[in-house]
Amino acid sequence: MLPPLRRGSRPLAHRLDSRFRGNDGPYMLYREAGQFRTTYAEDQQLFPIRQDRIVAILFLLFAFLVVPIASVMPGLDRMIDFQYWYSGVLIPFLIFALAALGLNILTGYAGQLSLGTAAFMAVGAFAAYNLELRLPGIPMLASFILAGIIAALVGIVFGLPSLRIKGFYLAVATLAAQFFVVWALQKFGWFSNYSTSGVITSQKLVIFGYAFDTPMKRYLLVLAIVALMALAAKNMVRSSIGRAWMAVRDMDVAAAVVGIPIMKTKLLAFAISSFYCGVAGALYAFAYLGTVEPEGFNLDLSFRVLFMIIIGGMGSILGSFLGAAFIVLLPIFLDLSAGTIERGFGLALPSGLVSNLTLIIFGALIVFFLVVEPLGLARMWQIAKEKLRLWPFPH
Amino acid sequence: MQFFFEVLIGGLLAGVMYSLVALGFVLIYKASGVFNFAQGAMVFFAALTMVGFTELGAPFWLAIALSLVAMIILAFLTERIVLRPLVNQPQITLFMATIGLTFFIEGVAQLSWGAQVRALDLGIADEPIEWISLNTGMSISRFDLVASGIAAVLVAVLAVFFNKTRVGRALRAVADDHQAALAVGISLQRIWVTVWIVAGFVALVTGMLWGARNGVQFALTFLALKALPVLILGGFESVAGAIVGGLIVGASEKLAEVYLAKYVGGGGIESWFPYVLALLFLLVRPEGLFGEKHIDRV
Repeated sequence: MLPPLRRGSRPLAHRLDSRFRGNDGPYMLYREAGQFRTTYAEDQQLFPIRQDRIVAILFLLFAFLVVPIASVMPGLDRMIDFQYWYSGVLIPFLIFALAALGLNILTGYAGQLSLGTAAFMAVGAFAAYNLELRLPGIPMLASFILAGIIAALVGIVFGLPSLRIKGFYLAVATLAAQFFVVWALQKFGWFSNYSTSGVITSQKLVIFGYAFDTPMKRYLLVLAIVALMALAAKNMVRSSIGRAWMAVRDMDVAAAVVGIPIMKTKLLAFAISSFYCGVAGALYAFAYLGTVEPEGFNLDLSFRVLFMIIIGGMGSILGSFLGAAFIVLLPIFLDLSAGTIERGFGLALPSGLVSNLTLIIFGALIVFFLVVEPLGLARMWQIAKEKLRLWPFPH
Repeated sequence: MQFFFEVLIGGLLAGVMYSLVALGFVLIYKASGVFNFAQGAMVFFAALTMVGFTELGAPFWLAIALSLVAMIILAFLTERIVLRPLVNQPQITLFMATIGLTFFIEGVAQLSWGAQVRALDLGIADEPIEWISLNTGMSISRFDLVASGIAAVLVAVLAVFFNKTRVGRALRAVADDHQAALAVGISLQRIWVTVWIVAGFVALVTGMLWGARNGVQFALTFLALKALPVLILGGFESVAGAIVGGLIVGASEKLAEVYLAKYVGGGGIESWFPYVLALLFLLVRPEGLFGEKHIDRV
């Protein structure tokens, strides 16, 4: 009969092994050893690594609870201008992240280059406005969803050429969408209820009788919508439809050979991408600016969203957010630093310097990212995590 | 009928200008397979530099020479910083890199010369030629005719350059087959710099003509967008296609504006008509009128 195993009597190798296994070591914060996935459900969860899960939950808690609570704390608002942060930074960031998400589905995942993002946003914004205007009593959320669906239909129409053409040619097709939609919204007064030059002022944001009338409330609403849609996107791209998109992107002939319906896949990418852009556009009008005109949804806006996904990372959900944060924050940062320089050195910078510098920096960054890291900030984040997994050991 | 011809000729002459922009695209696309979105920004940059030097007191020809030097420097920098590190990347990546380049050039141009609209006087009157209007009743601007003449000369010079010179032949060899060109000892990098310089020269000519017509302003950069349907109609690889495509786009958008606009709800359809035309054309003949036929399944 073998003697029962007692603690401390294990071989040395075992004891060493347990040292490496734990996440409790002082310098091994990010280690997935010891996290075994024993069921399919565990294997398929969104964040299979515990630390990622914790970070994600903390981040959501921060966004949903800490920020709003901090902004209503007396005293804090004297140090931080929360109204500005909400309406000038956080809300545009979230809305642009949503639009970037939409474009990323189309360009990053399905590989169809689009230069018409702003047009689909415009469709969403004007559709939501008209739904509210012409169908009195329609719930706000329903009109947002319908606006997304209308944008999706427009997206399908302009996505039809993608069945025959790709690459630059498709870029021209989406340019046609860009110019045509802006022209139509300006030309036909019906869309803007016959206001001058097509300006619309969005209706009050009231959902189920609750008025979202302060920046904080609007922020929370946008945050909730964006979080839900990001979750949906994340799940979409790792399910069969997302895999079909990536297959079409990587090699459409091979995708067709293994039985992926190319037409359905491409049109679905256009529809879902435009849905996201449409909702983003509706939020852009209702929760961010309040007053928009067709000219506001010009090619520049499309390019800005395109830059977000190039810098953030093509084919990455996280990348859409990183890119949006970058593009929204960079001009603010440049403005602030220009202001500091002006005050600090007591000299007046020539007007237009900052906006031109922004152009130059944007351009240089695009080239930089394409040369150094074509997959953008999201890939850099991933590399950092890989490194952290091994640190402090070299291998 | 006379009005129809007047619109048609006006459109054709405007089309010459589109052709000039498209020409710059075609040159670069032929030699390096790069779809250069920055051509419009280069037009803007070249024209602005030219006007800027004139304002500093440089005589006309010196200003042109100095702008050309600026375009040459730009070509070298582009090749070194943007193109060389991106060799062998997918075309779409290069395309997006040139979008970045566009912003960079626009920023640099406005930073160095300011953003206000400038007038550029080439000494050609932009008024109807009396002789023609007396005899046929149509008013055709002298400026448009001179511009078309310059475009024709430019195309002729480029044709000679491509067909008769050593560098031109090397360019065509690279366009045909990169690897074969490398194998016979043609330096890709030199070819790229050359072709970007030539495109820069074309941009300078275009910028001066457009600038003299509409003023040197930021709107010049949007020319790049109008050149896209031109290229689709004419084919990406063909100089002749760029010319013919430009003429078609110019004429059709003016005719559409005059005769078609009332059926679709009013003016301004110029802004999108060329794209829709190009789209319809794509469905019938994806390689354009003169482009090389690719067998390509989508």
